[in-house]
Amino acid sequence: MTHVSIRDLTKTYAGAAQPSVDRLSLEIPSGELTALLGPSGCGKTTTMKMIAGLLEPTSGAIDFDGRSILRDKPESRGVVMVFQNYLLFPYMSVADNVGFGLRMRGLPKAEIAARVSEMLALVRLPDLGRRRPADLSGGQQQRVALARALIVRPKVLLLDEPLSNLDAHLRLEMRDLIRSLQKDLRITTIFVTHDQEEAVVLADRVALILDGRLRQYDRADLFYRRPRDEAVARFFGGQNFVRGEVRGETFEGPLGRLALPPGLTDGHALLTIRPEAIRLGPGPNALEAQVVDRIYLGTQTRLRLRIGEVPLEAVVSPDAAEGVEPGGTMTVHLPPGALWAMGEGP
Amino acid sequence: MGRDPLWMRTFQVLTGTLLILWLVLPLVPLAIWSFARGWRFPSLLPNQWSTEAWTFAFSARSGVLEALWTTTLIALIATVLSILVGVPAGRALGLYKFRGKGAVELLILAPIIVPGIAVALGIHGVFIALGLTNTLMGVALVHLIPTLPYMTLVMAGIFANYDPAFEDQARSLGASPLQTFWHVTLPAIMPGIIVGGLFAFLVSWSQYVLTLLIGGGRVVTLPLLLFNFVSAGRNDVSGAIGMIYILPGILILLLTARHLSGRSGAVGGFGRV
Repeated sequence: MTHVSIRDLTKTYAGAAQPSVDRLSLEIPSGELTALLGPSGCGKTTTMKMIAGLLEPTSGAIDFDGRSILRDKPESRGVVMVFQNYLLFPYMSVADNVGFGLRMRGLPKAEIAARVSEMLALVRLPDLGRRRPADLSGGQQQRVALARALIVRPKVLLLDEPLSNLDAHLRLEMRDLIRSLQKDLRITTIFVTHDQEEAVVLADRVALILDGRLRQYDRADLFYRRPRDEAVARFFGGQNFVRGEVRGETFEGPLGRLALPPGLTDGHALLTIRPEAIRLGPGPNALEAQVVDRIYLGTQTRLRLRIGEVPLEAVVSPDAAEGVEPGGTMTVHLPPGALWAMGEGP
Repeated sequence: MGRDPLWMRTFQVLTGTLLILWLVLPLVPLAIWSFARGWRFPSLLPNQWSTEAWTFAFSARSGVLEALWTTTLIALIATVLSILVGVPAGRALGLYKFRGKGAVELLILAPIIVPGIAVALGIHGVFIALGLTNTLMGVALVHLIPTLPYMTLVMAGIFANYDPAFEDQARSLGASPLQTFWHVTLPAIMPGIIVGGLFAFLVSWSQYVLTLLIGGGRVVTLPLLLFNFVSAGRNDVSGAIGMIYILPGILILLLTARHLSGRSGAVGGFGRV
């Protein structure tokens, strides 16, 4: 149970003009599973390595439970990092890999053996201790890497893109395993990913980092419903943006007058609605739309619409899109509760 | 899968035989000489056989055993020093990019390109000032000139295929820097250390000019002793010493044939230059 506090963390590599991580501040509550989300090269892995002690920050602070850890060596921080390519030691058996951290701590052999088999059972690989890592599948290697990290009972667990090397069906299995282990052991866990879906399915909270800076740090669902600005909304698949004016519970703009949910700030704003929140047929905030294109995606159908000069994208079930043809017109409506007005961004 | 055509197999057997003859044939007279009492032209074989040369070679009078010990000790010291310098140097060359890397690679190769004696003449003066001439340590040090390039290149090849993230992983799991080197780095680079070390040992073992120059005749290694007997016309004793002299090379070749075949990647360093 460790509360991680990161303040103004900055890393500028030698010879680089721009910092890779720019004044990042995050409070990660004890025992939570937090995702650092951002495109490749946005400084996520750099941040992880600074927490793990494998890279020295240019400036800023990292505290565990109020105590700075920046002076601590990597081996004495109580942080274990699991790398994206697992990095299982190839010339050691699976059991020796899992027991590595305990051997380094000089524990008695009998205790190591007992804890290794306990840990292998926990990651559901009880009989593979004597194999070599090269003989395992990717999913099994991932679980060995996880077992090797958890066996030393870290205060903080760092996972680098934990699901990205796995097949679709393994991803869900691994997601469930990571979540259940993390909840059982109550280890503060931070993972980095470039995949918003991976972040959402795994994390309690998500920190979105764009260009080395923290853009939004929230519960996962709020990135869809309450994005802070256009870049955040777009990163999460937002497509529909309309400029206009919020006045009380109405929005004036190129779509005419729309009803808004209560509680939005008056003034210039960028209105957004998730493509999947747009409903077909009449209802509140009904609009006449031209159908520009219809794209069949299997479980969903994407409709490109045009209302006057304003393009909108809607994602509906294939059944609902039955009979909708490009070139025709149809009525759609924007449920007021799904509308969100944000600042116009930086 | 069909077999190679007949002419191809014939060619393979023929070249293989030629190669073996080329390597082994010169050693045959050497072996015969070591058991000969007198062997005059045009006899195909010695007129009389004897083990006198071997008895002499193993006697204290000949100095062979002492030279064998000196040669071994020098080769061992040169090998250990080559490993100590070559491993970090190979790591720098194999793993990192830095300014002037090309120049450094060239300089490391220089002792193979430039005749060792030219370098050694310069070093001779320095070694006189340091009191290293005529000493075993001085000879071992000067042997680093030809041994280091081999060691460094082998290690550069090893490190080019090495992922240093394994070291980060070990540290993160609680290993100290020393533990990390011992349990993670060393096992990964061991094939290179063995192959490079054997190279260094053999290269030092076969040095003549550098030993003569820096040892000043006081440090007598097997090749020096061998040369003495050859110049003195003692073909029988030369034959016996020669047989002893080639022994480590043959042993090492037999032990490491697998590593030297190039399949292990341990000698990848040569491919890079």
